[in-house]
Amino acid sequence: MPYSPMLVKPMREELTSAGVEELLTPADVDRWMGQREGTALLIVNSVCGCAAGAARPGVRAALQGPARPDRVATVFAGQDVEATAKARAYFADIPPSSPSMALYKDGELVYFVPRHRIEGRSAQEVAADLTQAFERCVAETAASR
Amino acid sequence: MGTFHNDKGELHGITVVVDTDGPEVFVGRCHEVTPVGVVLLDVDVHSAEAGAGDDQRASKDAWVRRAARFGVWGRHRHLVVPSERVASICRLGDVAVE
Repeated sequence: MPYSPMLVKPMREELTSAGVEELLTPADVDRWMGQREGTALLIVNSVCGCAAGAARPGVRAALQGPARPDRVATVFAGQDVEATAKARAYFADIPPSSPSMALYKDGELVYFVPRHRIEGRSAQEVAADLTQAFERCVAETAASR
Repeated sequence: MGTFHNDKGELHGITVVVDTDGPEVFVGRCHEVTPVGVVLLDVDVHSAEAGAGDDQRASKDAWVRRAARFGVWGRHRHLVVPSERVASICRLGDVAVE
């Protein structure tokens, strides 16, 4: 059962206020995933206090670096159920977990952070891992052009 | 930010590896560690029954390393690993990824 929208609203805004696009429907997801060129980060947001409490500020911090992906979007697990299912269908070989993050380069999944890699870690540690992945991905993209 | 259930112990909500002294190793989200056993949610289990000794260890290690990379499918919604079978518990996030 989804949580109250009032409870979830600040958790959504923690990402959207950093310029992250919210994908609320399966059509939103298909449209976003259909743009394959460049680098893109998809965040599966969640209410989970054990991990999402570090994931969101970690993402925010990483997005402030110079190697920000071209596009960043989010779905909210347990809230926007159909959109989340559609997003997960794009990495169907990976067991579902939330929060989690998928980094794409030209439409190919190149880096994935499952929930258990966020649990018990600080926002700074999550940000450091993401920043490293962004830098590697952006550098490879630049080198291939 | 902690969990909403701080009374459940430090591993509550954390994905853990529960190894046994037998052929089975479990990965799941820890709900609670009690005197009776480790209560896990969304659990997958690997049984290394095909081998013994070093082979059994290698089979378990390989499965856990794969789990550490992407996670596990929650094949069992709820499962209790009895205390007498638990050889060790660690966080899946602490397992080195290849």
